[in-house]
Amino acid sequence: MSADQRLASEITGSAGIESDMFKRKDIAHLLIHHDNVVGMHAVDGLEIKTKKIKDGVKIDLRLKEGTTVKNPVQMCFGMMPKKGLQHIVLNAVIEKDAHINILAHCTFPNAIDVKHVMDAELTLEENASYKYYERHVHSDKGGVQVIPKAKIHVGKHARYITDFELLKGRVGLIDIDYETTCEEKSTLEMNARINATHEDKVKIREIGHLNGAHSRGVLLSRVAVRDQAEAEVYSELTASAPYARGHVDCKEIVQDDGIVSAIPIVKVNHPKAHITHEASLGSVDSKQLQTLMARGLSEDDATDLIIQGLLK
Amino acid sequence: MGLLEVKNLSLHINGKHILRDVTLDVWRGHIHALVGTNGAGKSTLASAIMGLEGYREVTGKIYFKGERIDDLSIDQRAQKGITFGWQEPARYEGISVNDFVGAGISNDENDKEAIIADALQQVGMKPDDYLTRAVDETLSGGERKKIELASIIAMNPPFIMLDEPDSGIDVATLERMADAIKLLKERGTTVLLITHSLAVMRQADHAFLMCDGQIIEKNTADKIIPYFEQNCIPCNHKNKPDIERAREAIE
Repeated sequence: MSADQRLASEITGSAGIESDMFKRKDIAHLLIHHDNVVGMHAVDGLEIKTKKIKDGVKIDLRLKEGTTVKNPVQMCFGMMPKKGLQHIVLNAVIEKDAHINILAHCTFPNAIDVKHVMDAELTLEENASYKYYERHVHSDKGGVQVIPKAKIHVGKHARYITDFELLKGRVGLIDIDYETTCEEKSTLEMNARINATHEDKVKIREIGHLNGAHSRGVLLSRVAVRDQAEAEVYSELTASAPYARGHVDCKEIVQDDGIVSAIPIVKVNHPKAHITHEASLGSVDSKQLQTLMARGLSEDDATDLIIQGLLK
Repeated sequence: MGLLEVKNLSLHINGKHILRDVTLDVWRGHIHALVGTNGAGKSTLASAIMGLEGYREVTGKIYFKGERIDDLSIDQRAQKGITFGWQEPARYEGISVNDFVGAGISNDENDKEAIIADALQQVGMKPDDYLTRAVDETLSGGERKKIELASIIAMNPPFIMLDEPDSGIDVATLERMADAIKLLKERGTTVLLITHSLAVMRQADHAFLMCDGQIIEKNTADKIIPYFEQNCIPCNHKNKPDIERAREAIE
């Protein structure tokens, strides 16, 4: 087994992905360990170019017009050492009428002092769709800093969905900064679900500009903090075209000495646009808790079940 | 001795006397109805028996199977074998019907899946249609009500309190609920139905008539039903009960 194969096997194993998936010709994949591309496979219509940069990799991804990638593209960004920086620069263009789902596994299982920085620019052309499911596996030491920044342009009738979830390990620091502009009849959906413990810090900054008529946008965040963890969620949604519709939905559960704050900003610049917002911060819902306790669950077990559901 | 005994229970909330010296026995294996108008104190009494938040600062005593329970937490009371179904069941983001219905089943149970499926079928729900769905706003109020009852059936405790089991549900669902309650009785479960509905009262063997935080009559359900049929409410003045009039009417 070559060094690259060994690293590929380690990062996919730690992310819990079946290795057979990377042998299949009908599933595209891109495996990056630190600044090294250790595995790559594209499918028809999908073009992936990579270039080594300082402490990372620059990726140019283009999906050709009219292409629908049948199976989710498996991306894996990992760092097996305890310390280091990984910088990923992603430029993606999804051409007209093209559709792609990406499952991005970000795995830092041994991290004591690891920083993962992502700078992304994404363009969805007319009637394209791009779904990006980001799944993280961290060490339980809290020594990970994840700092993804993205600018997204969603063209007419296009659909952009992103979903961030920490599957395993401690947050450390997660500092998300996404800004999206939406054209006519396009759809935006940004979801983040994070469970923070110990001294973890979560910062979410999500901004959506519904600039096109009949565009739709939802910014949804679910954060649970325990111990001395802190979370700050800034969600901004602007509607400036007729029949643009949006919703900001933020739920944060606090336990122990955790601290949460939510800053929802909703702006409407057109009399025929409409945005709603809903925020709930604090302890778990009393009725939910008491119902489960009335089935015999202890307060801690009932709280865990409610939080697991919220983050699911 | 009753399965549940409430002795001289009183409760003040914000200076108001909500429960007044309530004493009652709930008999093992029987269905009981706790009846009265809105604001009579029925749900408050059930909440105090369950030990819910805001209803625990009671004076008086509550015994279950001869053991005093009024200083126990909700989960401790549940572990003794008491549970409660809300008039308006809670919604849970991300918790599946499977997880919710299974929440009260002991970890020692080997066949948890079969118990959950059976409980859903008892309330007229096809497990395959519901198991993976979340118990959230995508389900109607009636569906959530049936799922809550299924969770209670799956838990299989000896004593169940159901608050307004017929509220917000259609006729077909009502029949299902009635069947499910009948089944609970056949299993030997003791049930306390909190209601002001005649249809629900008719399922009961015994009834407690409440007015202004007091139990003003304890009798077999068939003795109290006729009064409800004729007068609908036990007295004219909710805040100033005419208890004598109510008693006369019953007699």
